[in-house]
Amino acid sequence: MSEHTTSAPVLELEDLVMHFGSVRAVDGVSLAIRKGQVMALVGESGSGKSTVGRCIVRLLEPTSGLVRLGGTDLTHLSRRRMRAHRGDVSIVFQDPAGSLDPRMLVGDVVSEPLRLASRQSRRDLRARVTAGLDQVGLRPEVARRYPHELSGGQRQRVSIARALISDPTVLIADEPTSALDVSVQASVLNLLADLQRDIGFACLFITHDLSVVEYLADEIAVMYLGKLVEQGSRERIFGRPAHPYTQALLAAAPVADPPRQRSRTRVLLGDDIPSAMDPPTGCRFHTRCPLAFNRCSEEVPALLQITDGTVACHLVLPDGTGPDVRSIDKTGSPA
Amino acid sequence: MGAASPVLEVRGLSVTFSTEAGSLSAVDGVDLTLAAGEIVGIVGESGCGKSVTAMSLAGLLPRSARVSGSVRLLGKEMIGASPAELRAARGRDIAYIFQEPMSSLNPVLTVGRQIGEVLQIHEGLSRRRARARAVELLALVGIPSPAQRVSNYPHQLSGGMRQRVMIAMAVACEPKVLVADEPTTALDVTVQAGILDVLRELRHRLGTSILVITHDLGVIADISDRVMVMYAGRVVERAGVDELFALPQHQYTGGLLSASPTPGRHAGAHRLREIPGLVPVLASQPDACTFAQRCPAADSQCLSAAPGLAVQRDRLALSQDHAVACWHPLGETPRLPVEEDR
Repeated sequence: MSEHTTSAPVLELEDLVMHFGSVRAVDGVSLAIRKGQVMALVGESGSGKSTVGRCIVRLLEPTSGLVRLGGTDLTHLSRRRMRAHRGDVSIVFQDPAGSLDPRMLVGDVVSEPLRLASRQSRRDLRARVTAGLDQVGLRPEVARRYPHELSGGQRQRVSIARALISDPTVLIADEPTSALDVSVQASVLNLLADLQRDIGFACLFITHDLSVVEYLADEIAVMYLGKLVEQGSRERIFGRPAHPYTQALLAAAPVADPPRQRSRTRVLLGDDIPSAMDPPTGCRFHTRCPLAFNRCSEEVPALLQITDGTVACHLVLPDGTGPDVRSIDKTGSPA
Repeated sequence: MGAASPVLEVRGLSVTFSTEAGSLSAVDGVDLTLAAGEIVGIVGESGCGKSVTAMSLAGLLPRSARVSGSVRLLGKEMIGASPAELRAARGRDIAYIFQEPMSSLNPVLTVGRQIGEVLQIHEGLSRRRARARAVELLALVGIPSPAQRVSNYPHQLSGGMRQRVMIAMAVACEPKVLVADEPTTALDVTVQAGILDVLRELRHRLGTSILVITHDLGVIADISDRVMVMYAGRVVERAGVDELFALPQHQYTGGLLSASPTPGRHAGAHRLREIPGLVPVLASQPDACTFAQRCPAADSQCLSAAPGLAVQRDRLALSQDHAVACWHPLGETPRLPVEEDR
């Protein structure tokens, strides 16, 4: 990772805002991903993580803010000029059954990005498709099948082949394994990790599942109700999470190890999740935060630069230290 | 457990569906016992038959299903029971909660009305008493300010609250057995922990026996006393929860555990173990292990004879209630973290 720290970011989000009417789905998100880096964007339902992904590939036109890809601002490009950059950033969705056209042969699905970008001979296309399918572990015959003839894992491999055929510099993977069974999920995750290492594209891996992230991510960014609450290296986020929400998220995911699971501190946040239509004042997490005090409901915490990453919490000191919700008792409040 | 007879005893349960493509075997000879106050988890991937097993316990399957075997609930046989007998058992003896609470709740009735209805029908309570009891039940499942919430409509509640309402409805008549089919799958993890706590609390306060059906090994580790692993319609392994995770015997169980990402356990590893191949189409394979096609240890025996679920008597490290259906069990070496980094 250190070799990348000095290189310029390939993808930059600057104060990205996406409002749907009164729903403030994304409310000022800034992120930078460097070449060859895998950044996980983690959050629960309603956090706005998928909306961020859709804004990057311009499936959604952001309300305000910038999306820069290799220095070019994508948000203000005309549709025609955007076409020249289409192949530079690709997206893989959660449900391959819903995102692959059921009437198209797999070969056409995979080659479509190339055909839209420029004229190519059938023979070239066929060769590229065969190579693309091979890359994701599928045999060339699969090109003549329809998506419904494939299993869920194979369909997701097709989505990945399609996303990578234009040699993107950035891949957005939006919950790519969430609809798959555990045994299939493992092979798709391994495939993504292998491809990323071999090809070296940067990846924004959007997920609700922190356990998946540990395998893939260099950096982790955590969102809650449209805002970024914390960002840092994988080691720091798993080892020393600073934001109470990140801590709670780590504590909540059960581990497949019964004695360890039983001995873990339970952090219960309550299930009254506020709506992005009427987000809480101050820190958006204060209504569920076990450590919240007066200031949290009044003042929006600034995104503070700490030793490794950033965090937006009134309780975290500039050196990144602060209380941990996993070590307070149920009735406890911060000193 | 001990001498007390189990509240639920299933023997040789098989379910086949007749379809245009022929007969599909969804569940094939499942045995299951649930003792009073026990939480048993059934874990498996999609198509393994875990939900069909659960639905068949109270006759909830469609008519196209042919169910055979025996399901004894509090001593009463449920297979072949009359619709009236089944109706009487549902709610009072056995109750269900499902994955998606929104589609199971009536959107135009307040939650108080819906919970109350159960009590009016099954317990003959007056509308007023039923409402008062509904408030108590909402408190039991951990809904804050239950006296206010009882007048809410489902859409006014969060997903986690709705699932709590479903649980309140299911336990309104204090059933002996609660079947929770993927109870937290549609919920966020920070909400899931609370729902699992409610289930534990029910066992503690009411002595409810709970059958938890899930694909999630983390949920199983969190809540179960004992676990059954299902694959392609059959139980392939059955053990106490600690032993199952520490000393899995079936090749499939071992594969599943290594394939599932667990925070902290594989720190530094960059690969998960994969299970090659696909779950077989649900056709009855009486003369083979259903996992043989995907199994690294499979040999000719596995393709010619189906292993029965049996205790490994020669293996001292294993408990007497640890049974596996495998010709080549993994043995006594504890499972190690997978590090197949290349």
